[in-house]
Amino acid sequence: MSKNLTGSQIVCEALLKEGVSVVFGIPGGAILPLYGVLSQYPDLRHILVRHEQGAAHAADGYARSTGTVGVAFATSGPGATNLITGLATAMMDSVPMVAITGQVGRSAIGTDAFQETDITGATLPVTKHNYLVMRADDLGRTIHEAFHIARTGRSGPVLIDIPKDVFIEMGNYDPDEPVDLPGYKVPGKADEAQIDAAAKLINESERPVILAGHGVVLSRSFDELREFAEKTQTPVITTLLGISSFPENHVLSTGFPGMHGMAYASLALDQADLIINFGSRFDDRIVGDAKRFSTGSKKIHVDIDPAEINKMITVDAAVIGNIKDVFAQLTPKVNKTTHVEWLQHIEHLKAEHPSLRIPETDRLMGQHVVKALSDVTKGDAIITTGVGQHQMWAAQHYQFTNANSWLTSGGLGTMGYEVPSAIGAQVGNPGRLVWSICGDGGFQMTMMELATAAENHLPVKYAILNNNHLGMITQWQSFFYDGDYQAETYTGNPDFVKLAEAYGIKGIRVTKQNELEGAIREANAHDGPVVIDFVIEKVDDLYPMIPAGQSIEELIEDPN
Amino acid sequence: MAAAANGTFQRTIAALVQDRPGVLARIAGLFRRRGFNIASLAVGRSERPGLSRMTFVVEGPEEVVRQVAAQLDRLIDVVEVHDITEQNIVWRELALIKVKANAGERSEILELANIFRVNVIDIGVESLTMEISGGRQKIDSLIELLRKFGLEEVIRTGRVATLRGTLIEGEDDGLFQSDASKATYILPIPTGDSGSV
Repeated sequence: MSKNLTGSQIVCEALLKEGVSVVFGIPGGAILPLYGVLSQYPDLRHILVRHEQGAAHAADGYARSTGTVGVAFATSGPGATNLITGLATAMMDSVPMVAITGQVGRSAIGTDAFQETDITGATLPVTKHNYLVMRADDLGRTIHEAFHIARTGRSGPVLIDIPKDVFIEMGNYDPDEPVDLPGYKVPGKADEAQIDAAAKLINESERPVILAGHGVVLSRSFDELREFAEKTQTPVITTLLGISSFPENHVLSTGFPGMHGMAYASLALDQADLIINFGSRFDDRIVGDAKRFSTGSKKIHVDIDPAEINKMITVDAAVIGNIKDVFAQLTPKVNKTTHVEWLQHIEHLKAEHPSLRIPETDRLMGQHVVKALSDVTKGDAIITTGVGQHQMWAAQHYQFTNANSWLTSGGLGTMGYEVPSAIGAQVGNPGRLVWSICGDGGFQMTMMELATAAENHLPVKYAILNNNHLGMITQWQSFFYDGDYQAETYTGNPDFVKLAEAYGIKGIRVTKQNELEGAIREANAHDGPVVIDFVIEKVDDLYPMIPAGQSIEELIEDPN
Repeated sequence: MAAAANGTFQRTIAALVQDRPGVLARIAGLFRRRGFNIASLAVGRSERPGLSRMTFVVEGPEEVVRQVAAQLDRLIDVVEVHDITEQNIVWRELALIKVKANAGERSEILELANIFRVNVIDIGVESLTMEISGGRQKIDSLIELLRKFGLEEVIRTGRVATLRGTLIEGEDDGLFQSDASKATYILPIPTGDSGSV
């Protein structure tokens, strides 16, 4: 049944039909007509953020943690451009999102009007698709198309730009109009010949490893991965984004590889005779020098996106399909087997290259904080991080026992992702404990969203690993720039406890190891957001390390 | 896919795309950020309403240009895309050539036009303009022969290509210098002047 509504009403009705219950946004002139109808749609909860980047990251955190499409609103011009970092973050990590932006009125487009930006032009490279909708009649269909594109296939962000007067214009909305996207293909089941070729390589392999990427998480194939790994007795290496797709207390769990991953994981990839890649794009942080990456192994690449095949690494067998469907096809065709010698060798690698040293010192180090968080929360919390040393310590030392609990900006490497993404994750998972592990650098890029957490009584726990440094920068300048330290020391950090209190948030400072457990328990028990300022050692290098563009031969292990 | 002397490779891509504002910008943006260099591009409405056909010739390092079709297929507005480099294709280019032609040389030029079976579409006092379509070598050859009379303007289109409808190979398009290269329809990239053969 077609309805005659304003453009704004069509947007809200279409969002509700898509199952949206929460949007993250902040208004401005061009999008005001949409805000003008929100009171008519009480089922559409609007969370007011303090900066549009926060809206995008919150929608991203919501999407990753719930498996549904995250939604962000922003106005034209600077509102829309402020979304771009969040869109690029989601694009790189294939996160399903829809961003709706206001645009200047149709007659003003192209005149350099106040707060006008060509946001569809600007976001071309950082969205899966985008739209400028010039008629209210087209709004409903466009929104349904956008959600279909965002959530299907290789998921990703879609932006819909709507001129102010299109929000006001009356238009027809037919909620039952089918989505018509000729040429848009959604891979599901894989070709049986591809499955057979992959199964043959797997059944012939003596030293296989699984490389489980974000595709396993995005397709929610946790049980399927475990079933496959256990049937074939194959060690499971997760990529940075694949972390928490496989329980880390499982005997087959073999860590994450690459630049700051566990040495034993990188060595296992190098020494394997078969790499079975489920939904990882062979990122350069894993591969390093592509010509020297695991030269002795055959490779199977299972991916939903055909463009990823042979992009970084030439593979021996490619399987195009949805990972969940592929597991259903592939697992019955592989032999139930074991690889005793190989698994013993992996255990040997783990023993010889422990990679996860907790410094034996009285001082407080980042590793101590993450280890304590992992122990106290029993590996069951949702963890968000920014980018840098704290992110790698979190990835290394938090032992995830619960699937789909790790939100980090892997591809784009966005500092500041940690603060708003935790808000999105908490909104989407009100019953779960959400810890945001932050660096003092990244925290200050988006800390204005503490107001959002406070205002909405979201009990997110922020753990700032505060060393008054851009720690990863310090390390790189030490390793690669002859110790010429430039612009890596923060001498003007605020008092984070007082800052939290200024927002009406509980603030705790921890300076000693013996305060860790008590403070974390206190935060967990507190019915509201908490900021803990963990004052950690100034300089502590992160190991293991494979320098950029290098290979396992250049592995640097902890000298201590 | 043979390498040209300068180490780059060419691929011919045929695509069916939505006829909407901004589609060319999406494709051009993709090419720019993935490092694909467009050697030639032809666009026009197709036989299907609302859809346009594009034929690209793309050049670059082998591992890069092999990605072109797969990357194009990711664009929502691209309905179909085929890398037809290694298939049995027929393709044509079109050129308009304005050449100086005084009274004394005009008959010689018209004779050349006749041999090449081209249409003379405009005759002025000092010049004439002819239209030629065909394979690149044919066009290149005519341009070379006309050079001595004085070329005023050469306007060439991009390549348009389609799969042959029969299994029998038609007339050679003039680019395939050896049987080995003919078999896979590998297009060597000319070096030096664009007009040289």
